[in-house]
Amino acid sequence: MASVGRETPAGDLRLANLTKRFGIFTAVDDLSLTIPQGSFFALLGASGCGKTTTLRMIAGLEEPTSGQVLLGDRDIARLRPYKRPVNTVFQSYALFPHLDIFENVAFGLRRRGIRKVDDQVERMLALVQLEGYGRRRPAQLSGGQQQRVALARALINHPQVLLLDEPLGALDLKLRRQMQIELKRIQTEVGITFVHVTHDQEEAMTMADTVAVMNAGKIEQLGAPAELYEFPATAFVANFLGQSNLLAGEAAGAAGGEVPVSAHGSRFAVPADRARVDRGPVYLGVRPEKLHLVGSADQVPAGRQHVTGVVSDASYVGVSTQYLLRTGWGSELSVFVANSGATAQLPVGTEAVAHWDPRHAFLLPREPGADDRTSPALDEPVGATS
Amino acid sequence: MTALAHVPTGSGQPAAPERAVRSGRYRFLPYLLLLPGAAWLFLFFAVPLFQLAAASLYDPSGSLSTGYALTWAFGNYPDALAAYWPQFTRSFRYAGIALVLALLMGYPLAYAIAQKAGRWKNLLLVCVIAPMFTSFLVRTLAWKTILSDNGWLVGLLRDVHLLASDGRLLATPVAVVLGLTYNFLPFLVLPLYASLERLDHRLLEAASDLYASPVRAFRRVTLPLSMPGLVAGTLLFFIPASGDYINAELLGTPNEYMIGNVIDSAFLVRLDYPQGAALSFLLMAAILAVVFVYLRRAGTEEVL
Amino acid sequence: MTVAHRIGRWLADHWVLGVGLLVLGYLFLPIAVVAGLSFNRPSSRLSYDFHEFTLDNWRNPCATSDMCDAVVRSVQIGFIATVVATVLGTLMAFALVRHRFRGRSGINVLIFLPMATPELVMGTSLLALFVSAGVPQGFWTIVIAHVMFCVSFVVVTVKARLAGMDSRLEEAAMDLYASEWQTFRRITLPLVMPGIVAAALLAFSLSFDDFIITNFNAGTTVTFPMYVWGAAQRGIPPQVNVIGTAMFVIALLLVLASMLRGRRGRRAALRVAAGTGPARRPS
Repeated sequence: MASVGRETPAGDLRLANLTKRFGIFTAVDDLSLTIPQGSFFALLGASGCGKTTTLRMIAGLEEPTSGQVLLGDRDIARLRPYKRPVNTVFQSYALFPHLDIFENVAFGLRRRGIRKVDDQVERMLALVQLEGYGRRRPAQLSGGQQQRVALARALINHPQVLLLDEPLGALDLKLRRQMQIELKRIQTEVGITFVHVTHDQEEAMTMADTVAVMNAGKIEQLGAPAELYEFPATAFVANFLGQSNLLAGEAAGAAGGEVPVSAHGSRFAVPADRARVDRGPVYLGVRPEKLHLVGSADQVPAGRQHVTGVVSDASYVGVSTQYLLRTGWGSELSVFVANSGATAQLPVGTEAVAHWDPRHAFLLPREPGADDRTSPALDEPVGATS
Repeated sequence: MTALAHVPTGSGQPAAPERAVRSGRYRFLPYLLLLPGAAWLFLFFAVPLFQLAAASLYDPSGSLSTGYALTWAFGNYPDALAAYWPQFTRSFRYAGIALVLALLMGYPLAYAIAQKAGRWKNLLLVCVIAPMFTSFLVRTLAWKTILSDNGWLVGLLRDVHLLASDGRLLATPVAVVLGLTYNFLPFLVLPLYASLERLDHRLLEAASDLYASPVRAFRRVTLPLSMPGLVAGTLLFFIPASGDYINAELLGTPNEYMIGNVIDSAFLVRLDYPQGAALSFLLMAAILAVVFVYLRRAGTEEVL
Repeated sequence: MTVAHRIGRWLADHWVLGVGLLVLGYLFLPIAVVAGLSFNRPSSRLSYDFHEFTLDNWRNPCATSDMCDAVVRSVQIGFIATVVATVLGTLMAFALVRHRFRGRSGINVLIFLPMATPELVMGTSLLALFVSAGVPQGFWTIVIAHVMFCVSFVVVTVKARLAGMDSRLEEAAMDLYASEWQTFRRITLPLVMPGIVAAALLAFSLSFDDFIITNFNAGTTVTFPMYVWGAAQRGIPPQVNVIGTAMFVIALLLVLASMLRGRRGRRAALRVAAGTGPARRPS
């Protein structure tokens, strides 16, 4: 199936100063972004961050308080949902329980007055690998099959934009991985712009070309998954996407391609191109898997920076061992050591030194007075499970 | 550790009302939808109540043929009450006794269907409703056959000397109370079933795991959790039972007449509208008072 | 464990079920009597006792023609009242579930009160209204009264079904190019239909069986319950029991049929879920 833009000229999806208020609560706050045609775009955030509201405004199920939704050059923000070349795969699918699978998939075609639907429906069922299921009722299908019907029902209309609202949330882990790959395959095949809303950072990162991390109605950072992970722009992103050790420090301006940082009485340096700010209160961030552990400071290789502490916890999780290292000033650093067999396990209570390559560190702006954000608090979503 | 800031993940704000109702586009639609039904209820339920209130204050010396005058004759109320006090109290006494009997039968039935019937649940539920498929009056007349002096039940009771050899059931208070119990029992069972059905069986297991005897588990867990259904069922039973007069008429004698019989004859036989209207209002007021006190006691106000 | 012990435990576990079945027996006792009496040739008009077996009552259910006229009249009234009450009540249920508006609590009270008011009070107050307004009582005043007390029950029944419906289905339909009207026609209405049908059946049975309110507003019109009431003083023809039994059987069959249909659907779904369905997914 080739890329079909039913309505021409298709174009990029642009949100311009989009705002939605419910009473005094601002769900989406002056949001502007461009989603290139044909891309797989993920809106990532915790529940209540405004990502679903954004999606519903694109679908037409919610009217923006202000701002525009532009498809190409056309503002569709005030069109009724059935007048938009946009379709949605709903969370928990919303398949019509009284219609069989065939009629569910044919629904959109029939509403647009298309009489001959058989071929198209069969082809679409084949695309989602559900040939022969046409006469079943939705209740007779498994979760993964229902999910694929929901996808087929939306895709058959060749929308310019396909919206996916946590489409995999109801599936178990294994099926979810499988569907992620399948969704990605279908997107490549049909070439339609996909806008995918999810709270699962792993899902967003494996599937999307571009990920936007949303928080409190605003976009915190937008970029390719690797970029977001390796060089987060804010402390929120650094901890929402995976974990980070963030040490509170003060930077005194770039000098010689480096930004010197003093934190907790020690001096560190970060390459200037890894610094989001170079002056004032900063966070010095290092991912746990970028930290290495050695027994004493004289074992630290040249060119690397280090922090000394005592192992306060060691959890063996199979592929790696996750250590907590209590530093001299009382914070705990999280360190992941791959179980490659090269190093011995460190028992709790031993003194150890964590070191890292300065090129793996990053420098983020910090609210004055904010302290370290290091080891994972128990009630915080690691990999976001809310 | 305490110094470490908590990572805000956007959970600090109240959750967005994700599906707000679209407003503005159809602002008048709900009123349009409500209008016919609400008008009907207003015209034929609310207005008549005012008319009844007015009728209860008519000059009692008027009649249908000579016409009535609204003289604000509040004296109709004490007069009616004085004349029919026995029937009035009897209504509530009979309905009360019937309610106790119905609870004794209805609670085990509702509990058995909700918790013990397994896959027969739906079938048994149909069995509770099924007797109502036959006409109310025909069922009540059937009791006349069951309780008749020549019937097997009276014979049996006489044989075991629970009843004197010339004792009867029909045309006694027993028959009337039995009829009331029977006719309104499903109204008690259905709401009770609904709340017992929602009762998680594991709660009882947890209670017995925590050393509660079956009796204590019932008192501390089952009963409180079934309270909404119990309150609703009790009201659905008590309100029609205290206003009923069919059972007293068909299964009793004038000695068993309830307030409903009096109101019926005031309107349809004696044509004394002021008195009938006053009695109707007194009945409603009494029921509302009982309901109010009961709801206060039961402490469940979300039932209604 | 001794045998006595086992019996004791079994009793402890099952006595509630036993009591429940006894109570069900109590509920069905009069039905059995009605069915039995429908085959009775009574010894006299005023006798309620079983005398002699006969099939005559079933062969000639309309031997007493007034009774059949009354049944027909009850069906007519029930039908009209059901249609009107179902339409009015369904509209109200939609307004209450799907819209926010001022005066909602007032409307709720107006719907709730008729269900909590003794029939006697509703009957007498309507009588007072009709008499003072000079409206002659008869067929249509009965219909008015029946619609009045059925509407609330329709609203409650349809509301429950509507509230249980996922509003995302309607959003999905709109997303798939269905206009508001098409969404209502193709999605909302079919999904709410079981609730509306249930409400209509309830309304019909309430109307058909009502005596108290009808009695005050019937004038000289005679419905089936009123016929039975009148006959109770003069002597009941055994055909009344034929009608009673037939009503019971018809209603029971309707309910059981709908239950069976529901169960077949569920079974099929279970079979498929268990992977034993006719067409497995080609892998």
